[in-house]
Amino acid sequence: MIQSFAIETDALTKYYGDFEAVRGLTMRVPKGTITGFLGQNGAGKSSTIRMLLGMSRPTRGNGRVLDFDIADEKQSIEMRKRVAYVGEDKRLYDYMTVRQMIDFTKAFYPAWRSETEQKLLDEFRLPPDRSTKKLSKGMRTQLALLLAFARGAELLVLDEPTEGLDPVMAEKVLELVVGAAADGATIFFSSHQIAEVEQIADRILLIDRGQLLLETTLESISTNFRRIRGVYESAPKPATLAIDGVTRIAVDGRVVSVMASHNSVSIAERMRASASAVEVMPMTLKEIVLESLKRDQS
Amino acid sequence: MTLFLKPNPASGVPIYVQLKEQIRHACETGALRPGDSLPGIRALAESMVINPNTVARVYRELELEGLLELRHGVGAFVASRGTTRWTAARSGQMKAAQKAAKSFVSELRRRGLEPDEIRRLVEAELATSDGRVPLVG
Repeated sequence: MIQSFAIETDALTKYYGDFEAVRGLTMRVPKGTITGFLGQNGAGKSSTIRMLLGMSRPTRGNGRVLDFDIADEKQSIEMRKRVAYVGEDKRLYDYMTVRQMIDFTKAFYPAWRSETEQKLLDEFRLPPDRSTKKLSKGMRTQLALLLAFARGAELLVLDEPTEGLDPVMAEKVLELVVGAAADGATIFFSSHQIAEVEQIADRILLIDRGQLLLETTLESISTNFRRIRGVYESAPKPATLAIDGVTRIAVDGRVVSVMASHNSVSIAERMRASASAVEVMPMTLKEIVLESLKRDQS
Repeated sequence: MTLFLKPNPASGVPIYVQLKEQIRHACETGALRPGDSLPGIRALAESMVINPNTVARVYRELELEGLLELRHGVGAFVASRGTTRWTAARSGQMKAAQKAAKSFVSELRRRGLEPDEIRRLVEAELATSDGRVPLVG
């Protein structure tokens, strides 16, 4: 099967003045996946998303979204008909009511899903006649999500979709994401909630300082990623631990802790040759993210 | 849907393993019986709030193991023949394993290990062996 990508970037770079927000980012989001986009604040997630959606121009490099060139204005317009986006700024027209906002948006999208619209209006208990200007913050988010999910988009780009929502609403949003994925949509979402990423994503991309730090699947995390710890009599030479799969080494007194992205069985075997009490432990996504970010700060 | 509980992503057990075990358990306890239909991929993904690809994968793997039957365009069903044999063999296996686990744990306790230490040993052993052991012969 040829794998096709909803998003592909090649050495994507963005400067704001002297500040390099995105530094040669090359990444891929396969079609039909739920991909979590992780990174600390200021890591370049929103800058990347803005370039992907044609809201800002790359300084260098290029990218394709649903096979449309992001730097080509005409193609970008075509692409945006097929992509729904919910960002931090919930862009609504203040002079419209909820109903008018929905009808206005609906007119642009032939694939509009009236059942989704009705279902979410009921579930979110949005007042149809209230002016969008008078909606609470949570309601604005809900309306923005309704507009995005009812469009029947091929790709949903969600920038921290559950931020600021109560747990019930946050779970509702995840349910919507899962439902859209079941309908065949690709979901690309950024989040700081690692537990929710672990719950619904099949892939993750972790970026730091505008660069890709880790690209993996949740399946690989559960079957391949391991923390391996050994107790040594005297500190081992780093070269002895330069084994395929070792992505991070931490030494604390006699204890050497290694993060392995694969090959954990051979790594443990090699460590057993000179260490006593070698332990192999599974790692959660949270541990892997924290560990990976730590490395870059040293 | 009350048949299945929402998985716990923080448990360290992969979500697809948790779902698989829940389906097996439902068949073992008789909550699901031969011929019963399972929820559609979309419905189950939504109600458990997990990735639909995960549900599809679990259904596929359970079909290979003979527990489920996937009928194209209709859905997933508890297999009519394989199951009774499968569950009988499986619940026998589980009972025997439970005995083994009991004596293993009490032996380690007798040697002075704490529950946490035992748990760590088992986890480490599973992680080393990749936790991938063929299910039924």
